[in-house]
Amino acid sequence: MILKGTAIKYGDNVDTDVIIPARYLNTSDPKELAAHCMEDIDKDFAKKIKPGDIIVADNNFGCGSSREHAPIAIKYSGISCVVAKSFARIFYRNAINTGLPIIETDAVIENGDELEIDLSAGKITNLTKGVTDTFPPFPEFLQGIIDAGGLMNAMKTMP
Amino acid sequence: MKMTATQKILAAHCGKESVAAGDMIMADLDLVLANDITAPVAINEYRKAGCDNIFDCERVALVMDHFTPNKDIKAAEQCKMVREFAAEKDIPNFFDTGEVGVEHALLPERGMVTAGDLIIGADSHTCTYGALGAFSTGVGSTDMAVGMAYGKAWLRVPSAISFVLHGKPSKWVSGKDVILHIIGKIGVDGALYKSMEFSGDGVKNLSVDDRLCICNMAIEAGAKNGIFPVDEQTIDFLTVVGAKEPKAYYADEDDVYDDVMDIDLSQIKPCVAFPHLPENVKTFDEFGDIKIDQVVIGSCTNGRLSDFVQAAEILKGKKVAKGVRVLIIPATPKIYLDAMKLGLLEIFINAGCTVSAPTCGPCLGGHMGILAKGERCVATTNRNFVGRMGDPGSEVYLASPAVAAASALAGKIASPESMV
Repeated sequence: MILKGTAIKYGDNVDTDVIIPARYLNTSDPKELAAHCMEDIDKDFAKKIKPGDIIVADNNFGCGSSREHAPIAIKYSGISCVVAKSFARIFYRNAINTGLPIIETDAVIENGDELEIDLSAGKITNLTKGVTDTFPPFPEFLQGIIDAGGLMNAMKTMP
Repeated sequence: MKMTATQKILAAHCGKESVAAGDMIMADLDLVLANDITAPVAINEYRKAGCDNIFDCERVALVMDHFTPNKDIKAAEQCKMVREFAAEKDIPNFFDTGEVGVEHALLPERGMVTAGDLIIGADSHTCTYGALGAFSTGVGSTDMAVGMAYGKAWLRVPSAISFVLHGKPSKWVSGKDVILHIIGKIGVDGALYKSMEFSGDGVKNLSVDDRLCICNMAIEAGAKNGIFPVDEQTIDFLTVVGAKEPKAYYADEDDVYDDVMDIDLSQIKPCVAFPHLPENVKTFDEFGDIKIDQVVIGSCTNGRLSDFVQAAEILKGKKVAKGVRVLIIPATPKIYLDAMKLGLLEIFINAGCTVSAPTCGPCLGGHMGILAKGERCVATTNRNFVGRMGDPGSEVYLASPAVAAASALAGKIASPESMV
């Protein structure tokens, strides 16, 4: 799958409380969650996102709570992929389980760069800078979950 | 093959002789847990996938602790949905107002966790039960849905960092200071994807409550789990609460760790994590006067009886500073009752504190103590992220119950020594 979009850049330790503040967790409606995505550190986020845009961050993206509302809010806000140097572990598994594409890479990306990501080939191209980097594939087991469209589907075919 | 304690528990739960860091396994679960925020998403996923079966009704726990007593109509709807699901599926371990406590204080207290168990919970602080020698870790709602239906979870086997504890902590140093000290050293991703395994002759000088507090915050260092060795204190605790037969696992002696850190408990001082990360840890010689508006003593980190005993020792016969709102939140009904019998609640109320029903409430900015813009709170909770307890312009300082109580009296962040 090829994803294309503009980078929206954040720093280290973007936590789940800023991805979706707990005060909005009295609902599990994806659209309502998406409307408040990132608002405590980027209050115009929901307004400025164009479908396909890509969140780019440094280390430990998604640290904090286990709330699956975080990847759900991101996915339904129109973001096509999250690219970070590293992910906090619960966010990592929640993204895989719910089908939000994520990539771990040290590629140099600035806010506003145009990106093209080939998930199956493991390539990320910074169209603005004209640089292509590669990223390692997921372990086979996780790729199976991703290919099935999430964990619930994958479980139906697992032995 | 040599293994960490965590790896041994994982191997025992996937039918293998041994596992190695990086292996992907499907593990059999002893207990799965969700709360009033994460269970609704799990139930939606469960229903969407057309599931009908619960792998073992006795081994599912649904704890309505976050936005309860229901903070608003939407929160009430979420609890109602979970309540109806529990009734439909005959899930006995559904805990609601009257029986409910903060999940990670409640489940150990009710004997639902034992050493050697493998537990997942749709709550990041599920890692708490490592204090009792279990492998337990936080996951998301889809994992919870799969756990309920199949009794299984996928796990990537973690490597581990060893923390060898020596010596005895001084009077006003608790488990909270120990874990904040460690997070201050290694950072909020210092143990990312890894286990934090504790050992050493200092372990015996930490109470079970201290260990629960330490493992509770393993996630704040990015860890998959924290785990203590099973000793006499663990066995005593498990016996008193009537837990299942414990199974103790110990790490093989050498070369199983990525890193080894020696920690002298006698050298640790009371400390405070400044906004907006738990790694921003300072001791009292490193900062000046910081005025505060609120104090919260409670949560899955520090809402246990020994926490209130400590706070009461400082607050007894005194009055909290004018203008400071002090909230005392016993984590479970039993802790509430025990605190009442010991006369602690009277001490708190006479000192000018408010005693609340068990709830996670303010810890995650839910209700029962939300901060306005510019306000500062000293909290015995576990996170001080931007907006965690209310307005994005408010600030949370994480500390022990003793520091929180001393701060309540001083009206500014204060060390216990300075107030007794």
